[in-house]
Amino acid sequence: MADEHPPLEHVERGLRATRILAIRRLLTDKGVITVAEVDDIIERARERTPADGAKVVARAWVDDAYKARLLTNARSAVAELGYRLSHDAELAVVENTADVHHLVVCTLCSCYPTSLLGPPPDWYKSFAYRQRAVVEPRAVLREFGLALAGRVRVAVVDSTADVRYLVLPRRPSGTENMAEDALAELVTRDSMIGVAAARLPR
Amino acid sequence: MPAVHDRGGLPCDEPIDRAEHEWADWEHVTNALVGVLRRHGLINVDELRRGIEAMAPAEYESASYYERWSASIETLLVEKGILSQAEIDAAAAMLDARWG
Repeated sequence: MADEHPPLEHVERGLRATRILAIRRLLTDKGVITVAEVDDIIERARERTPADGAKVVARAWVDDAYKARLLTNARSAVAELGYRLSHDAELAVVENTADVHHLVVCTLCSCYPTSLLGPPPDWYKSFAYRQRAVVEPRAVLREFGLALAGRVRVAVVDSTADVRYLVLPRRPSGTENMAEDALAELVTRDSMIGVAAARLPR
Repeated sequence: MPAVHDRGGLPCDEPIDRAEHEWADWEHVTNALVGVLRRHGLINVDELRRGIEAMAPAEYESASYYERWSASIETLLVEKGILSQAEIDAAAAMLDARWG
């Protein structure tokens, strides 16, 4: 078993690392949960990437009716593509346009649409991002390399345990003839959080 | 005074550190335990959040992300009588002794 050997992090993160591994040991010894169940979730977490979110965005770019459904009932719209939200929280998709740019933060913790994007990046969970995004979003965006024109309104959406947000980024110009699969390649994790625009086609 | 977890708008002049760290084994375990315990109906996300938000402010601020989760899992399991504090302490001490 993995916990027969000290993880390398043991030295730095002694207390909590040891305690959570002790808790796992007790729960499995008592038959409350099984080692296989834990390993199964670890494996799934490793496999989750923003690719599913990117496919949702690409579909919305090529299909206006789908986009309308996505913006009004995201849960059922992503289910059309075979994606099931693993959390109870609602998913809301917010659309970036020439007039408004959305930025997602979770000031209280780290709520994030992990079912579609995988685990959030470390910076999303950082105090600096959580504290600054709601008061100086343009400065934050500049730090990420995104300079918005002054006429573009910035809308910061604050996730909660009840509603998680996904940004529908603007479709880059010059992509009119691209197929859906190729379009999905332009959709980055950061563009779906709102700290970046979608990639430009090569 | 907002609660310690309510970070929005607190003064901060630090840049956002965009370096990513690879999850350590214990962080994977912590994340997965929440999933498994949820699946069994033993804890839910709101409880996890409440356990995190109930941390002492200084502990909350010095802990890493999954250290906060880990602390909350421990709080909830003890509170619900699924594990006792004494047996968690003993099992942790045993692992500590083995790993020295």
